[in-house]
Amino acid sequence: MSGKPKLHYFNGRGRMETIRWLLAAAGVEFEECFMETKDDFTKLQKNGFLLFQQVPMVEIDGMKMVQTRAICNYIAAKYNLYGKDLKERALIDMYVEAIMDLNELFMTHPIQPADKKEQHFATIVDKATNRYFPVYEKVLKDHGQDFLVGNQFSRADVQLLEILLIAEECKPDILAKFPLLQSFKARISNIPTIKKFLQPGSQRKPPLQEKDLPKVMKIFY
Amino acid sequence: MAGKPKLHYSKGRGKMESIRWLLAAAGVEFEEQFIETKEDLEKLRNDGVLMFQQVPMVEIDGMKMVQTRAILSYIAAKYNLYGKDLKERAWIDMYVEGTTDLMGMIMYLPFQPADTKEKNLALIIERATNRYFPVYEKALKDHGHDYLVGNALSWADVHLLEAILMAEECKPDILSAFPLLQAFKGRTSNIPTIKKFLQPGSQRKPPTDEKSVAVIRKIFSF
Repeated sequence: MSGKPKLHYFNGRGRMETIRWLLAAAGVEFEECFMETKDDFTKLQKNGFLLFQQVPMVEIDGMKMVQTRAICNYIAAKYNLYGKDLKERALIDMYVEAIMDLNELFMTHPIQPADKKEQHFATIVDKATNRYFPVYEKVLKDHGQDFLVGNQFSRADVQLLEILLIAEECKPDILAKFPLLQSFKARISNIPTIKKFLQPGSQRKPPLQEKDLPKVMKIFY
Repeated sequence: MAGKPKLHYSKGRGKMESIRWLLAAAGVEFEEQFIETKEDLEKLRNDGVLMFQQVPMVEIDGMKMVQTRAILSYIAAKYNLYGKDLKERAWIDMYVEGTTDLMGMIMYLPFQPADTKEKNLALIIERATNRYFPVYEKALKDHGHDYLVGNALSWADVHLLEAILMAEECKPDILSAFPLLQAFKGRTSNIPTIKKFLQPGSQRKPPTDEKSVAVIRKIFSF
């Protein structure tokens, strides 16, 4: 019986994965409708369901929401994962936007030309370990609290955990110099809703395999 | 004299321009400190005032805010340009993300290799005309109001006007199939704070020319 949000995307992480994380962290059950072929995508477009002809699209509260950030913002605000006032929201937004920048690098790695891949990987590791992770390590060190903002669980914590795990998939020891991020990772992973999402059989998606890339590209191009 | 937001960026549009527009629309006076050389950027970095070593950075309300969207969201919320409830906010976010995508394409055009410029310009015009402008034209048509969301001026309206003017710089008659957007442009341009921002001598920046491209590449090393 619907009332549950319904996610429209392909059966993979991409730009929908952060949305899955936020819904799961908030304890919200959701359904998924996977596009497998270009025809599936064209059908959604022709039906007028996609405001800008793009996915992600999430049916939620009577809206067909598009644009990843709009959807994340709505979910975060609705489920009290967006801080308690404007200033907390500002901090959360700053932290989250940077995480999304880093995620963009990870996301675009599989589609780099073969001769650029190694350099791109080096850039990702450099940015993660020198530009981004030190900031969050320092935030946790400075206030000594369990959560990034306002001593309270927020989307910033969810999205940071998401990116830490993605980074570790690329380079297992990437958190070697970040003890507070390591304990953060363990602590947030243990939150019941998140623990559940991290278990096999959840709606969390695996990393994109090279062999699956052509199929995904065919849907969109 | 503090109290006024202070913007740190190069002397051009880039990612800071939408922030200038929004502050101006809200009637908020602001100061600007321009990065003119690579050394200026390095100094900001070494001073530890750029959270992720990047600009835009805006000093506002005791914070050194970075990340364009974070700054815009804060300004919009603070100055009541973000709708009255969660659903209006959702629509504003959706509309703004669309105009952000369109303006992003236009912003990068001067930096594309010369042999791809023509193709990229054609893509911008195609997307503006077939993907983005029809959405806003329809939104205005469906509710018949002056503003995109909730019958009140919001960030979405300011952002759309900015995008329309940028698109017209690419192709002056780009709005020819969109009568409601033309009327919207006329109407929104006449709002006193925005009218003031559109006048010569304001802090609005001109389009990026070849000379600026070279300077920007030097400052940001790309």
